[in-house]
Amino acid sequence: MRGGNKMTKKLINDAGTVIDEMLAGIVAAHPRHVRLLDHSPRSLISAGAPRPGKVGIVVGGGSGHEPGFLGYVGRGMADGAAVGNPFASPGPDPIVATTKAVHGGAGVLYIIGNYAGDVMNFEMAAELAELESITTRTVVVTDDVASAPISEAGRRRGVAGAVFVFKAAGAAADMGRDLSGVAQVAEMANASVRTMGVALEPCSLPATLKHNFTLSADELELGIGIHGEPGVERGPMRPADAVADAILDRVLAELDPPPGSDVAVLVNGMGGTPLMELYIVARHVLDRLSRRNLAIHRCLVGNFLTALEMAGCSISVIKLNDELKVLLDYPAEPVLFRDF
Amino acid sequence: MDGIEEITPADFVALLRLVCQRIAAEQDWLSELDRAIGDGDHGSSMARGWQAALDAVDALPEPLSFSAVCAAAARGFVNSAGGATGPLYATILMRGGAAVKDREMLDLGALASFFDAAGRGIRERGKSEPGDKTMLDAWLPAVAALDAARTDHKKLAEALNDAAEAAEKGAEATRHMAARLGRASRLGARSQGHIDPGAASAALLFRTFAQGVTEG
Repeated sequence: MRGGNKMTKKLINDAGTVIDEMLAGIVAAHPRHVRLLDHSPRSLISAGAPRPGKVGIVVGGGSGHEPGFLGYVGRGMADGAAVGNPFASPGPDPIVATTKAVHGGAGVLYIIGNYAGDVMNFEMAAELAELESITTRTVVVTDDVASAPISEAGRRRGVAGAVFVFKAAGAAADMGRDLSGVAQVAEMANASVRTMGVALEPCSLPATLKHNFTLSADELELGIGIHGEPGVERGPMRPADAVADAILDRVLAELDPPPGSDVAVLVNGMGGTPLMELYIVARHVLDRLSRRNLAIHRCLVGNFLTALEMAGCSISVIKLNDELKVLLDYPAEPVLFRDF
Repeated sequence: MDGIEEITPADFVALLRLVCQRIAAEQDWLSELDRAIGDGDHGSSMARGWQAALDAVDALPEPLSFSAVCAAAARGFVNSAGGATGPLYATILMRGGAAVKDREMLDLGALASFFDAAGRGIRERGKSEPGDKTMLDAWLPAVAALDAARTDHKKLAEALNDAAEAAEKGAEATRHMAARLGRASRLGARSQGHIDPGAASAALLFRTFAQGVTEG
């Protein structure tokens, strides 16, 4: 069995300080792009925020998904991120502090994944922000087709498709749309994207150093969540093309993009899978989409929303209209993708 | 042995402190319940939240009021517990505190209002209903028991004992429910056979209140 009682190894100093040390590293490495708030050490703010008259965008959630969510702070994407402990939502205080720091007078949009803790903490933060006369809206990302049937699509988890939602909303805000316009764009992107993941190996939290689920050497789990939540099928290990097909079958069955239409694709690593493998998957995904006569407007391959050191990937496909194409093409400078 | 009939703010803080100690003592058990159907952090979240709540209360200036104690505890709890537990207990403390904010002492009627308002808060914040396999399935039976005890003119200790028993029975009943909310809900029928950890910890709270009041 992989997992079981074997302890994992991590490059950390102390499980209690991993988040603060990670954040210290990020601001030390990218001082021109982001800063931390002195009075709220779990609030990462874009150097350009607040911008007067622009809708502020705050993302957030538990840590362990890097470069999600804080890596998307930067011009053209999010203005700030509220950073929680590993796999645990931040409390309302850091969310409110982030909200106030990015508020440019035009209101603030929260974009979060559909998890009970995140939804409730951001809801409380929204109530507290309202008391300080800051209008907020919240868009909850629900792109994971494996986490609930389509009849209960509102209960689905938010996973890697959130990257497209951040991108579209961030561009709309940067172009100067108002709060309801930016929220509408985020809702449209969320409604247009579907994702499903697969795990080959589990992950472990810094505090426990124990695998949070087990898979035997010849097994994989289809439909896995980004915290290791159980998927839809535990089955035998198989070649990359077959895994990609199993995921694409479900994603495309629901999305059903008409032949000749435009899509964008994200082949996302879960944290422990090499780019070599992700590109092998991407090759098959793109081939299959092309054979379906779809135009690939854009393809992202890499670690975009991870689950600590989990091995595996997810595949997201988003249907694009003219508006979404413009928004995805708009320039953006997310902090963890810009220093070269 | 009959215990006290009215709770002062200082008594209330002492009861919260007992809850904090009880949760800390049971945190491994609570996390184990959570590992079966959730992400396994309920015990440590609750322990962290209650400790932060008490730290915030201990920093308050005298004289204490119920609203000041509840507001400080709520804020301390929610920013330390993380996850869904934080907002739920913060809402319990805020709504409960608001229901008794003009009181100098809590008798059975006032305490029943506290827990009733808290239960409504859980329902709103968690968007949950009875039978969803959540803490509500322990909380609401306890509120009903307090109400019945008040009608029967029972002593405070006896009423809280009824509430604790009702909460424990309610928590046990979650074993046969399929979760509809939270991380456990993704397991559907696979969540059956396990007690909901949030219901278990809620029952611990009522049991600790009953013991604390009985022992004065």
